[in-house]
Amino acid sequence: MTAYRIKGVSLLGAEPADLFVRDGMISGAVADAETVDADGLVALPGLVDLHTHLREPGREDAETVETGSRAAAVGGYTAVCAMANTSPVADTAGVVEQVWRLGREAGLVDVQPIGAVTVGLAGKQLAELGAMATSAAGVRIFSDDGHCVADPRLMRRALEYVKAFDGIIAQHAEEPRLTEGAQMHEGEVSTRLGLTGWPAVAEEAIIARDVLLAEHVGSRLHVCHVSTAGSVEVLRHAKARGVRVTAEVTPHHLLLTDELATSYDPVFKVNPPLRTAADVAALRQALIDGVIDIVATDHAPHAVEDKECEWAYARPGMVGLETALPVVLSVLGEQWELIAERMSRTPARIAGLTGHGTDLAVGTPANLTLVDPSARRVVDPAGLTSRSRNTPYAGTTLPGRIVATFLRGEPTVLDGKAVK
Amino acid sequence: MIKHLRSAADLDAATATLILDTAGEMATLAGREVKKLPTLRGRTVVNLFYEDSTRTRISFEAAAKRLSADVINFSAKGSSVSKGESLKDTALTLQAMGADAVVIRHPASGAPHRLASWVDGSVVNAGDGTHEHPTQALLDAYTMRSRLGRIDGLNVAIVGDVLHSRVARSNVLLLATLGAKVTLVGPPTLIPVDIVAAMAGGPKVSYDLDSVLPDADVVMMLRVQTERMQDSYFPSAREYSRRYGLDVPRMRKLPSHAIVMHPGPMNRGMEIAPEVADSSRSTIVEQVANGVSARMAVLYLLLGGKA
Repeated sequence: MTAYRIKGVSLLGAEPADLFVRDGMISGAVADAETVDADGLVALPGLVDLHTHLREPGREDAETVETGSRAAAVGGYTAVCAMANTSPVADTAGVVEQVWRLGREAGLVDVQPIGAVTVGLAGKQLAELGAMATSAAGVRIFSDDGHCVADPRLMRRALEYVKAFDGIIAQHAEEPRLTEGAQMHEGEVSTRLGLTGWPAVAEEAIIARDVLLAEHVGSRLHVCHVSTAGSVEVLRHAKARGVRVTAEVTPHHLLLTDELATSYDPVFKVNPPLRTAADVAALRQALIDGVIDIVATDHAPHAVEDKECEWAYARPGMVGLETALPVVLSVLGEQWELIAERMSRTPARIAGLTGHGTDLAVGTPANLTLVDPSARRVVDPAGLTSRSRNTPYAGTTLPGRIVATFLRGEPTVLDGKAVK
Repeated sequence: MIKHLRSAADLDAATATLILDTAGEMATLAGREVKKLPTLRGRTVVNLFYEDSTRTRISFEAAAKRLSADVINFSAKGSSVSKGESLKDTALTLQAMGADAVVIRHPASGAPHRLASWVDGSVVNAGDGTHEHPTQALLDAYTMRSRLGRIDGLNVAIVGDVLHSRVARSNVLLLATLGAKVTLVGPPTLIPVDIVAAMAGGPKVSYDLDSVLPDADVVMMLRVQTERMQDSYFPSAREYSRRYGLDVPRMRKLPSHAIVMHPGPMNRGMEIAPEVADSSRSTIVEQVANGVSARMAVLYLLLGGKA
């Protein structure tokens, strides 16, 4: 293996120093190392995404494990958790092992499959959670993401059942009866546009129920893509009571608002929907306070025809892996310690990904990313590494450029480009 | 002149007034033996209808034909659309055929906005989902002005299923632009959230029809679909009718000059009693005639006809 000297890098904003990488680990000084000039760059532990849609198997026209892995690496990630809503659904050991194996073959990030909670995401019957947990994929997070585990009895059972193997249920909080036909956040803008509203209470009611269930059975709950100020208050209350709950927010919910729907361009259609400026402000504060534990992308690639249509007929979702860190930088500023906590250490801990999210100290796995905080770039959909183009940031100038990413000591990205 | 008419919000007061004035000139044609102008000869107007709406389609068709435009009716049923063609591909097809204007009726809110991004010609919204129906608002404004002599300062009550009504949204916007004072009336379940803040002009909201009628110059009754009952917007057709229907005793509460409007098609006996619909206050048949004049004015002005 090649050894690297990352020359003059600032570790989380500290004074520049050389960082050495050898045999997959951060090491002490190495004499014959290849030099990577990191003048002006900041080193972060490799980012970890708890919520990625890689679309394989089933929608390889939108993304594959390989193309999604490459997009992740270019975005500074060294590990991603692949959501289960593929076709076939990742609800058996066979499918999660397939995704896990494809991730290993691509070798650009660690791909950790998430298993479905219920068979076919149908919300009727538990999938074989234990089989997925003991499979080669070693699944720990289970989610019906895209669908809510709405049945309270089934949700209780799922929370209880996964305690046997330290599992965690990641809930897509959306009361389905309150969101029938919903197209965007219910409020002034939906009223003006005549689009069926997705009320904040549909999210908040499920989170409230689930934190009480998790408390009742003493289980771990993770809340996907929190999007409302009210949800933040429910989580704050639950955490104060000591409930074992963690929560994520997406970059787009930290930056964008429902006003963007005014164009009727479905590139802004996402589930949960973009909310109001007041929600955005509450989510930012919650991320700083730690009421929301992590940033997760909900990277949701879609084929062109699924977005180039009427709003109501478009699929919800946005790509996000390649813009997540720039968006978070624009929101939080250069708070490197906080960014490392919310985008690397804590997601790695929630997912149980040992070897990721560790401080870049001698003897730890060399999973890291190098960022140029002074660079600014205009997002060009055509320039994305992902197979899909559905970014809501087209034409937006964002700070920060991911210059290099190392996975276990090997560069996956150099000079902003994937090496394979 | 504006290029597209996607929303009543596309119209400022001057443009809206110009359209109403032009509609007035167009209306004089209806009394002539030859009801036709050569203005749009050689221009192509496509009626692209994704919903069955015979009334609106023939109104636009008559309007375009009276201006001598070539009219192509493109109905979604039995066409390439029913074979799965996307709106974009349909748009590109119409573009290739040289459509100067596309009149679109579509079940999805915002479809005219999407269409306008794919064609060079003018796009006229003939009703999109639960969003807007701006030419209906224009013909309604025209009707009010013909009957009452003005729009500025009028008290207009719009009654019924505002939540699902594209007619209501367009009327709220256009009437605010023209200086009328709008009150939306209906059960709280059928009044959209945040409507006061959402809409220009800040319409008032009332849940009590009886209290609104004595001050109303115009009462516009909206069609209420009985299937809303199944979705618990209200308990029964009878209860709806008792609380929000315009019957003869309620009509008597109106000032003597007040008019009663309905965009049609009506549910007689549900939101409006037959005696009211057929009374001298009712403008319902006039609205249909005015629809052709208003749509002629819109096509004429959008397609660059010189007044």
